[in-house]
Amino acid sequence: MVHWSAEEKQLISSVWGKVNVEECGAEALARLLIVYPWTQRFFDNFGNLSSPTAIIGNPKVRAHGKKVLTSFGDAIKNLDNLKATYSKLSELHCDKLHVDPENFRLLGDILIIVLAAHFGKDFTPSCQATWQKLVGVVAHALAHKYH
Amino acid sequence: MVLSGADKNNVKGVFAKIGGQAEDYGAETLERMFATYPQTKTYFPHFDLAKGSAQVKGHGKKVAAALVEAANHIDDISGALSKLSDLHAQKLRVDPVNFKLLGQCFLVVVASRNPSLLTPEVHASLDKFLCAVGTVLTAKYR
Repeated sequence: MVHWSAEEKQLISSVWGKVNVEECGAEALARLLIVYPWTQRFFDNFGNLSSPTAIIGNPKVRAHGKKVLTSFGDAIKNLDNLKATYSKLSELHCDKLHVDPENFRLLGDILIIVLAAHFGKDFTPSCQATWQKLVGVVAHALAHKYH
Repeated sequence: MVLSGADKNNVKGVFAKIGGQAEDYGAETLERMFATYPQTKTYFPHFDLAKGSAQVKGHGKKVAAALVEAANHIDDISGALSKLSDLHAQKLRVDPVNFKLLGQCFLVVVASRNPSLLTPEVHASLDKFLCAVGTVLTAKYR
């Protein structure tokens, strides 16, 4: 089980409290699809992903980004019980969605950059370290049920 | 992975904007890397890694200078960084995974200091550029 210090928990909740989940989620997913275009392979039914502009404006991308980041919020509420929290989602990503867990790490890294852009100097090295730990642990939990 | 004309322009634009602050960017990149990925500290047992360390600042300056050099010779990164590539292969032998970690931290520094500069397109180009630099520096490893 992952240990979270009081400071880490504080850094997580103080950042999360200021995040607009819809905007941030949409941006993170759009950047994933733009920066790592091979990730578009999972979204054939999303319509127009032909350019960065198309991706950013795509309503399905926005909606899905919001969904993904909302789920991330569940992780934050259950930091001490992540594997259980994500057990069904993990099975889904393996059995139905067939997503290589490497993609969770890519999205995590992108989320960090979106947060850095949003929070500027307030996204201190300690903050980054804590959040990189968090996205890593979330990625691990999502991959846990893979077989 | 090939850098398009647009990628090259985007990267040059970033470094033009960073300008004289490249050293600070380099130092902060390292600071973040050591904080976020403690395993990277294993390459610097001879350094004082405390916050504000002069050695980290000095090394950050070197790292930044190499990135600037690569950006200035973006049509021939392997030529521009050939000696550095030799150094990494023969002497430093930093495991290839670590270049991604450094790259991530550099992107975070650019994002936090210049959010409007790092549009999704520029983000993509800069990420590709950093990958290309890492590839060049590890190209002679075996």
